[in-house]
Amino acid sequence: MSTQIAPPMDRRAFFKISGLAGGGLLLGTCLSFTDESDAAAPVEKGLGGGASLNAFVRIAPDGRIYIAAHTPECGQGVRTSMPMLVAEELDVDWRQVTVELVPLDAVYGAQFAGGSTTTPRCYTPLRQVGATARLMLVAAAAKRWSVPEAECRTETAKVVHPASKRTLGYGELAAEAAKLPVPDAKSVALKDPRDFKVIGRRISGVDNPALVSGKALFGIDQKLPGMLYAVFEKCPVFGGKVVSANLDTVKSLPGVRDAFVVEGTPNLTGLMPGVAIVADSTWAAFSARRQLKVTWDEGPHANDSWSGFLAKAAELGPQPGKQSLRKDGDVAAQLAAATRKVEAVYTYPFISHANLEPQNCTAWFRDGIMEMWAPSQRPGGGPDLINEVLGIAKDKVKVNITRMGGGFGRRLSSDFMVEAAAIAQRVPAPVKLTWSREDDLRHDHYRPGGVHFLKGAVDGAGAIAAWHNHFVTFGNRGRPGSGGSLSADEFPARFLPHYQSEMSVIDCGIPMGPWRAPGSCVFAWVIQSFIDELAAAGGRDPLELRLALLGDKTMVTTPGERPNGYDAARMRAVVKLVAEKSGWGQALPKGRGRGIAFHFSHRGYFANVAEVTVSKEGVLKVDRVVVVGDVGSQIVNPSGADNQVEGSIIDGLSAAYQELDLDRGRIVQSNFHEYPLLRITEAPKVETHYLLTNNPPTGLGEPALPPLAPAVCNAVFAACGKRIRTLPLSKNDLRWT
Amino acid sequence: MTYSLKINGQARTVNVPPDTPLLWVLRDHLDLVGTKYGCGMGLCGACTIHINGVPMRSCQMPVGTAVGMQITTIEGLSAECSHPVQQAWIEEDVAQCGYCQSGQIMTAAALLKSNPKPSDEDITNAMAGNLCRCATYQRIRQGIHRAADLAAGKAVAS
Ligand code: FES
Ligand code: FES
Repeated sequence: MSTQIAPPMDRRAFFKISGLAGGGLLLGTCLSFTDESDAAAPVEKGLGGGASLNAFVRIAPDGRIYIAAHTPECGQGVRTSMPMLVAEELDVDWRQVTVELVPLDAVYGAQFAGGSTTTPRCYTPLRQVGATARLMLVAAAAKRWSVPEAECRTETAKVVHPASKRTLGYGELAAEAAKLPVPDAKSVALKDPRDFKVIGRRISGVDNPALVSGKALFGIDQKLPGMLYAVFEKCPVFGGKVVSANLDTVKSLPGVRDAFVVEGTPNLTGLMPGVAIVADSTWAAFSARRQLKVTWDEGPHANDSWSGFLAKAAELGPQPGKQSLRKDGDVAAQLAAATRKVEAVYTYPFISHANLEPQNCTAWFRDGIMEMWAPSQRPGGGPDLINEVLGIAKDKVKVNITRMGGGFGRRLSSDFMVEAAAIAQRVPAPVKLTWSREDDLRHDHYRPGGVHFLKGAVDGAGAIAAWHNHFVTFGNRGRPGSGGSLSADEFPARFLPHYQSEMSVIDCGIPMGPWRAPGSCVFAWVIQSFIDELAAAGGRDPLELRLALLGDKTMVTTPGERPNGYDAARMRAVVKLVAEKSGWGQALPKGRGRGIAFHFSHRGYFANVAEVTVSKEGVLKVDRVVVVGDVGSQIVNPSGADNQVEGSIIDGLSAAYQELDLDRGRIVQSNFHEYPLLRITEAPKVETHYLLTNNPPTGLGEPALPPLAPAVCNAVFAACGKRIRTLPLSKNDLRWT
Repeated sequence: MTYSLKINGQARTVNVPPDTPLLWVLRDHLDLVGTKYGCGMGLCGACTIHINGVPMRSCQMPVGTAVGMQITTIEGLSAECSHPVQQAWIEEDVAQCGYCQSGQIMTAAALLKSNPKPSDEDITNAMAGNLCRCATYQRIRQGIHRAADLAAGKAVAS
């Protein structure tokens, strides 16, 4: 097994694009050579040569199997797990497989890494891709031997005819197989999971040998002949415009080739106005930038501040929400009648994605074609935005997808792509745009902060009698930012007869974007913490109250427009298992505590138990986290899956320590000394368990994260009686006696 | 200015301004892009290389300070990924995005050189300067233990 870049292919000549019905993944299952002459098409002479059975599978005469990895890789392991699906049904040994990286191309359907969607979107279609290719190889062998196909079977990259004891390797059959009709993907039989040989095995990532030896894999590593290096200075206040800049001075600096103003657009997540400097090296560009002086028109948000936003939220919170999200039963009456009530305000800040590889993109504009090398989770978004802003036709934008040094949602945006394109349009050479760490932290599309004004009541038996949430969120032009919108169905809606949620939006100029498990990553903290508060108020055990809240319901759906199913039975099962695995209920000394939380997001059911120590001096240490997740019937690659869960848990903890401050419209923090990420010194031990259920396999990039912060905060309460209602964690005084 | 450097056992000459950090000399001028830029302030460890065998932050070293020293980058750690840390990193599937891993590996390799059988605490102390945004810390710990075993010639269960 190894990886390589796919050879250039002239698809026009030999691919018929065909989609699966039902608006699903557009896959190359019906792609094949169209006629005899195409057999000599360029792909035959490509790296390794061989015949393409479809857009994903190419087999060389020597039996080497090439499988396309079409989904962008940001660390979630899809360059490995997706080709595993094809290899399984093709019936080959993983060691025979070379994974090929392919560019953005409609032939692959959605090439997109976000929302933990890759596994659910591709699990069956990619198996069908492998299975149809296998059948074509069987058909080719049967034809050669003049025997019925039904008498043949496959065995690790060979077709076998047991009756006559004849065998042909896939390499010997591929050229003929490629000319045969492609079977209907839907009607092809897939393997019984009990027979899986590749799926379900711990397989090390295909890029690992290249990664550990420092090969150029990432966007920032790209180099082209004659390439120049660019930096791009944007207004520190979002949406600000350039009035003037000392371009002549900058242009005269050593190594500088050009400096110019880029007009930009008002779109906060599109092309921001700024000044580009193009130089002979990254350092020359960075150095010249220190001499750059720009006069900005800072625009309408130059006086915005986080403290001002909090004051505004405090004013809005007690008032009725501007928008009603849901109103079940009579919350007001329940609250008025209740003897035990809890009111709480939960506050969390804006935070950044802080990908370790700063945003960057390489672009080369020549002969009317904009070719790009983009570390993008959504490479197709680039051509759309470039078309909109720069007027270059989408089919004139060619995107090569590079590995990404972290995604977490940041690279679903295409701002860095349109910036690189805008600069490349004016430079007669390929150009690599590199953001500094400071650019990256100060020009993110941030996870929105928020303030939740909660009121709850418990009845005489300690059950939750009413729940009211007025969520004060942030938005641009009146609409909540990405990840800043509370669903009307958000738990515990649908589980309580008296439930009400409202929302008010504070308008700001801050660009917002999806941050790992958007919405869920903070809502779970608020909801699962407040459930704990109500449990304490009602004298109930946090685990037991949660199970009672989930009740005996199974699938909870909302009639009408929002068919968002919530399978309470699946959630109960993970909650019970996490309690068992974590030793829930076993006594701990004062200063140590266990906290539990669960959340459903991205099709995954997760419950976490955190075990913490809080010293008398108030120092918090998370010792251990036990995670149970139900993501369906099959874990495709347990090694990659565990990585995702462990990463999500520690990311969730890291995020609970992070905060950005806004002052005079500017993000205050600039680099990791002011915006620390969690280090190995604070990383807890993570124990992961999967509860396999008879449901379609779903993704793991996100759903383990949301329950972490509330599990930790609930554990802190159990340890020392301090309730955390404000993030970051460092804002809380946890000293106890 | 012209500088003669010894990198991965080879003599290399570059002509760059004196304030250029070694990091950018490696990446832009010598095509050794395994050494990564993460912060430029000595805070993340993505740019870790060995100077005479000692792990250093190349973003904090003006090129001139490296003259006369033995510079080793991830590309020169071993031929064919044969270093026990590289092997262990593949076997344990340590990387997620992988961006920090050159720096992690260089720091881990230096640790094992001075301490062939590190405890968990030794690992925590040695690796504290290397950030991993994907939070692969648990695997890094396992990877270092495995590398120690590989280096000691012990059979390692896979
Ligand atoms: S880039 Fe050198 S320590 Fe971060
Ligand atoms: S693996 Fe992504 S930063 Fe470490």
